Amino acid sequence: MSEAMSQRRRSGDPDRSELPSYLVSDPRRRPDPATRELAQGLGWFSIGLGVTELACAGAIARWLGMPRSAPVIQAYGVRELLQGVGILGASDPTPWVSARVAGDALDIATVLPGLEGHNPRKDNVLIALVALAGVTAIDVICARSLSEAPLAPSERVRRDYRRRSGFRRRAEAMRGAARGFKPPLDIIGPEAMRPWTLTNA
Amino acid sequence: MRALVWHGTEDIRCDTVPDPKIEDDRDAIIKVTACAICGSDLHLYDHFMPGMEKGDVMGHEFMGEVVETGKGVDGALKKGERIVVPFTIICGECDQCKRGYFSVCERSNRNKDIADKAFGHTTAGLFGYTHLTGGYQGGQAEYVRVPFADKTHIKVPENLSDEQVLFLGDIFPTGWQAAVQADIQPTDTVAIWGAGPVGQMTIRSALLLGAKQVVCIDSVPERLEMARAGGATTIDNSEESVVERLNELTGGKGPEKCIDAVGMEAHSPRALEHAYDRVKQAVMLESDRASVLREMIYVCRPAGILSIPGVYGGLIDKVPMGALMNKGLTIRTGQTHVNRWTDDLVKRIDDGQIDPSFVITHRAKLDQGPEMYKTFRDKKDNCIKVVLRP
Repeated sequence: MSEAMSQRRRSGDPDRSELPSYLVSDPRRRPDPATRELAQGLGWFSIGLGVTELACAGAIARWLGMPRSAPVIQAYGVRELLQGVGILGASDPTPWVSARVAGDALDIATVLPGLEGHNPRKDNVLIALVALAGVTAIDVICARSLSEAPLAPSERVRRDYRRRSGFRRRAEAMRGAARGFKPPLDIIGPEAMRPWTLTNA
Repeated sequence: MRALVWHGTEDIRCDTVPDPKIEDDRDAIIKVTACAICGSDLHLYDHFMPGMEKGDVMGHEFMGEVVETGKGVDGALKKGERIVVPFTIICGECDQCKRGYFSVCERSNRNKDIADKAFGHTTAGLFGYTHLTGGYQGGQAEYVRVPFADKTHIKVPENLSDEQVLFLGDIFPTGWQAAVQADIQPTDTVAIWGAGPVGQMTIRSALLLGAKQVVCIDSVPERLEMARAGGATTIDNSEESVVERLNELTGGKGPEKCIDAVGMEAHSPRALEHAYDRVKQAVMLESDRASVLREMIYVCRPAGILSIPGVYGGLIDKVPMGALMNKGLTIRTGQTHVNRWTDDLVKRIDDGQIDPSFVITHRAKLDQGPEMYKTFRDKKDNCIKVVLRP
């Protein structure tokens, strides 16, 4: 590192008013955009499933060949609704998505006895279990990604990389400084594949 | 000696291990003075890359002082000499080395049979990077055995500090090769996915090589900030559409050159695509996530070039081959032929054209390594590049 750069680095915290906005944001987790969207999607899915379970508990229970489970399915519908609202409404959806994972385990435990005895709808129970396993996998991935997401920089973190160009002069002045470098022809590809205007210039 | 040792997924410990010894006449033992955690080490940390075994010493970006040499090193290195070690081990004698294709050296991978099976043909041996590439012990340690040491080294001037030259072993020549193989012309827009350490080096290389416009795509604010400092226009893919913005910046034509500095653990900003890749990866139906490749193929200007320094390990899914073929795109990729570039790059550092130490954000002792792996992987504390001192 050049001495000039060292001195700049040693010069202490920059004036807070000059700091980019991300350096003074709050210390919540900062999941990547895909995880954020996935969590939102799960929130809406929870609400949709909750409404369906509340409205059609009897039909779902009969489809599973477990008619006496209708009240349980209705209760699970309420749970799904709460989780959906929690995911969509909370500033940090992590606990709510984790609650979905626990709910998945409960759902599987409830449906699993449908495979026992003389249930004529065992095929439907199997379909439900496969669907539950898929949803559980997505919930687990989402919960894990959320809990591992880095914390947004807190006010204690004041790293400023705006001067980290690596150049002595401003970056714009360095454009083309290595233009004299002759790229080896075997690395940039066969001559025949270069644009016609370059090879015939 | 103390070394960072792989024990399993997300489990790296600073252990006491036996000191390395000369095993072959062409070996040298190096006392490590500085080493770095590379982005590709995270593929091992997260265990996306197969072929690691408990007890393997990590690290392939390191430098130090020669403390012992085998008889065959034959004056190429002397005790006390200060060298940077390239991450690719090279014999200097095989057909590929003679042609300058050092990263596919035919002799340095002592587990050639495994590599032949996995890739069709062997590639070079690498330090601390799975048994597929030789199972050599890495450089995040107090001492390292360097095989073929008479060729596998980069001599550096005494007037340059460790931090100025350390990255000659990997990320600087990797970024440079990524830009060079894109055949950058003064009229080109070069789009670079990933503002991690390799992405940062690629931005500077593309700028030095004279690209008209360098665009960097990422979603981590402090990394985008550093990319802007290096002269790039940035696109935050969590906030805006990459395709729309690149088309806007290129008058609707797309960038002529696209560079993937992300690799196998790409995060798609599109939830459905990301969930699809994560689920397929979790159930082992694909090993690598290809969202950056898909986006590059889609957005690149027809007859353009895709350069891929990002590391891939196995199989990917849903590659838009139709777009790739019909647009006549050229793909150039490969591990870096480090020694092919380093004489020139040492000169550029010495002349003050560039100081690669700009990328260092965290310095720590070797025994803090396990914690620094987590900090780096989780991008905590604005971490972009970690240098460890044994």
